Amino acid sequence: MTAPKTIYDKIWDAHVAHEAEDGTCLLYIDRHLVHEVTSPQAFEGLRMAGRTVRAPEKTIAVPDHNVPTTAGRENPEAMTEDSRIQVAALDSNAKEFGIHYYPVTDIRQGIVHIVGPEQGWTLPGMTVVCGDSHTATHGAFGALAHGIGTSEVEHVLATQTLVQKKSKNMKVEITGKLKPGVTAKDITLAVIGETGTGGGTGYVIEYCGEAIRDLSMEGRMTVCNMAIEGGARAGLIAPDETTFEYVKGRPHAPKGAEWEAALAYWKTLFTDEGAHFDKVVTLKGEEIEPVVTWGTSPEDVLPISGVVPAPEDFTGGKIEAARRSIEYMGLKPGQKLSEIEIDTVFIGSCTNGRIEDLRAAAEILKGKKIKDGLRAMVVPGSGLVRAQAEEEGLADIFKEAGFEWRLAGCSMCLAMNPDQLGEEERCASTSNRNFEGRQGFKGRTHLVSPAMAAAAAITGHLTDVREMM
Amino acid sequence: MEKFKTVTGVAAPMPLVNIDTDMIIPKRFLKSIKRTGFGVSLFDEMRYNRDGTEIEDFVLNKPAYRNAEILIAGDNFGCGSSREHAPWAIADFGIKSIVSTSFADIFYNNCFKNGILPIILPQEQVDVLMKDAEKGENARQTVDLEAQTITTSDGEVFSFEVDPFRKHCLLEGLDDIGLSLEKVDSIEAFETKANAERPWV
Repeated sequence: MTAPKTIYDKIWDAHVAHEAEDGTCLLYIDRHLVHEVTSPQAFEGLRMAGRTVRAPEKTIAVPDHNVPTTAGRENPEAMTEDSRIQVAALDSNAKEFGIHYYPVTDIRQGIVHIVGPEQGWTLPGMTVVCGDSHTATHGAFGALAHGIGTSEVEHVLATQTLVQKKSKNMKVEITGKLKPGVTAKDITLAVIGETGTGGGTGYVIEYCGEAIRDLSMEGRMTVCNMAIEGGARAGLIAPDETTFEYVKGRPHAPKGAEWEAALAYWKTLFTDEGAHFDKVVTLKGEEIEPVVTWGTSPEDVLPISGVVPAPEDFTGGKIEAARRSIEYMGLKPGQKLSEIEIDTVFIGSCTNGRIEDLRAAAEILKGKKIKDGLRAMVVPGSGLVRAQAEEEGLADIFKEAGFEWRLAGCSMCLAMNPDQLGEEERCASTSNRNFEGRQGFKGRTHLVSPAMAAAAAITGHLTDVREMM
Repeated sequence: MEKFKTVTGVAAPMPLVNIDTDMIIPKRFLKSIKRTGFGVSLFDEMRYNRDGTEIEDFVLNKPAYRNAEILIAGDNFGCGSSREHAPWAIADFGIKSIVSTSFADIFYNNCFKNGILPIILPQEQVDVLMKDAEKGENARQTVDLEAQTITTSDGEVFSFEVDPFRKHCLLEGLDDIGLSLEKVDSIEAFETKANAERPWV
């Protein structure tokens, strides 16, 4: 009998194309997603070495980081010259190397991690990589998915493999049921608050437990998306009926007899009884509250009922880091988190730019107006999410409340396009990183769920969404 | 890639924990389609005022550390995005080795692809190296990859671990795409088998 395996072990074993004596492996890559920022140097490297893309049919490109999210963006004048050059480079590289491509004029264009699952490129049991740390998102399907650097992008383009050593196994279990007003975003932030941003370093996380099982595919994507913020190489969730239901019928999902064969295989992708985990973290679902971040690291998480901590509450190097964060964020120790006033709200990103995220925010905003003087924007994760939200009447709710209703892209999550915070502007954001300068030079970010972002938009300060439900 | 043997040079102390890739190279510098020229923008928002003048008390702006070749850093260095622009900027500035108690995974990988040696040591040893680095430009440290040691200016020696394959690639300055393509038969065999077993992929 073979030793019990985790789902990570199983996917890993199924993708080793070559193993050297020292355990260094060539791991075969089933899907390679590409965007405009981390790929131009890789394609240039291929050209210089006279190499080709080994599996163009497994390579999918979409511009997302740089693209403006305002009307008229297909006009080259809408972008700064350097952005235009990057998008144009992706355009010509996609054509030259014959890879799948969704240009900004295509309704399927959007954030690469939203487009992949939406189009059925991402399937259970696959290995998925992208020159982007939030590739972890695709782990929601029971795929092994992680970010890579540009040299590795070039390596995958040329060889369809990655040089890898296996990570350790970590289990994050969320038991029980979530309370009303608590979402997948609160789970994933609460986990990082517990483990720290380095807690997952060297591990692949499997998220499990009743609260994870109860999540929709979209919620699971939100959870896995931020595995990287906990330092993990990847985060994944064993596929189940929820997964199969989501995948079925998508443009690139298998059909007919192939669907049946795939389904039979996918049902073997679970962690065997007694499989070994090197680290285990357990949180009780019913104890998780809606959370916000107060600092400049995603581990700086507290329930909305909390107060800004003091540097002395920490130990070691975190004391100085917390002092720096509190100063950068313009806060005072002891200040109630629910009294922090904001001037901007951003709803979108690969973390929370899917249709359910927009529904959750619209539910709170229905019939209400945002606080006077506040700047609020919704940036759907893809053109298809946007179209669906318009069809469901969500766009009207946002617009009537005073939100800007934008086109798809990464937008203010990392502010590489014109959507940026000004100096000392403070934003309640559904994105994934609150680093210094992330959303604009000296901008201040508080990470929250879509429902919490909507609540903050109405009151003008960080707000416990449960008071509005 | 340039070969990495030994480095003897000034070590700059950056004790702050969780230095992320957005700090190392802010996004406005990610719009280049080249791999070079990022050194001047390394740590941009910590290093320069908005008008482009230098912030005097930032470590790499101090006369003692302007030519640093080694960085002694706080925990979890390089967390955040996968941008290889971070190690490109570090290498372009002239830093060849970084020491910390821990590195973020993707950043750690990216270093080796760019001739930078990231060294993981226990807190007590990082503390000693940090104190040594704080002495300034006379405190030159030596990293010896072959011997897997780092030596303080006082001659105290610490050993470090490094993956043998990665060590080999750094020492020889090898391009790993070329190495992997030597195994193309294995890749082809895998594809044939995988296509039969999982034709829907």
